[in-house]
Amino acid sequence: MADIITLRYTVSPDDFTRAGEASSDVKNKLKQLGIAPPVIRKVSIALYEGEINMVIHAKGGEITVEVSPESIRMVLADVGPGIPDISLAMKEGYSTAPDEIRSLGFGAGMGLSNMKKYTDYMDIQTELGIGTTITMIVNVT
Amino acid sequence: MTVQDLTAQKEFVPVHVGKTADREITKTFCCDLLSIAMGKAPEGCAWITVMANMNTLAVASLADAACIVLAEDVHLDETALQKAAEQDISVFETKLPIFEAALLVYRKINGE
Ligand SMILES: Nc1ncnc2c1ncn2[C@@H]1O[C@H](COP(=O)(O)OP(=O)(O)OP(=O)(O)O)[C@@H](O)[C@H]1O
Ligand SMILES: [Mg+2]
Repeated sequence: MADIITLRYTVSPDDFTRAGEASSDVKNKLKQLGIAPPVIRKVSIALYEGEINMVIHAKGGEITVEVSPESIRMVLADVGPGIPDISLAMKEGYSTAPDEIRSLGFGAGMGLSNMKKYTDYMDIQTELGIGTTITMIVNVT
Repeated sequence: MTVQDLTAQKEFVPVHVGKTADREITKTFCCDLLSIAMGKAPEGCAWITVMANMNTLAVASLADAACIVLAEDVHLDETALQKAAEQDISVFETKLPIFEAALLVYRKINGE
């Protein structure tokens, strides 16, 4: 299939007022493309959790979303501290979010589990001191 | 019961009622932690919370809640108000505690 649409976003660090903008934009674009609402909802939830993590736990980064007729592929690459123990980070309830972030309603330690739950494929590549790249795929069909 | 029907409830003050106000409210959902709400809030629910900020709006929109009910007399700030209008997210405020606000919506949904 030739018709792959690519969307790119830069996520700025520490900007909570703007956090979620990439996810909102992707949601709107998918709607315009006529993607089924249940698929849009899955992509929106997974992407938002990843986008917020890039703001809270890393120093921002880049999001690339590829929309093809079969699937939606999201790549979130940040320039943060990396994740020392991925299986610990994936545990529901585990969070290193600082108090001022928790007071905004974050820090339940559910973000990564939501990303896993709402996607058909998820891969985490991380290197301490360099950054983390998370790839997620939601099947359209 | 639709989002529009909630505006008739004197305890609930509409802050922004969007173009999609004819949307049916399917369920009641209560939680203040954003990623729990993100993962568990049913589509089309009325989400009752005391967490009133930009991120609440983003979660409601992306998880596809029908409306937000801010309990315990909490308020959105000016920027968040603007965002609710821009993104057309229906928001109500109430002085009621979370449980009572949720119970009221629940009873309405069930035609009581
Ligand atoms: N991009 C990232 N870079 C570095 N560490 C990360 C990244 N994403 C997640 N983490 C680590 O994994 C932990 C768990 O992440 P998860 O998203 O599940 O929960 P959280 O962000 O702490 O809280 P929330 O429930 O609000 O998402 C984080 O607290 C953090 O320590
Ligand atoms: Mg998170």
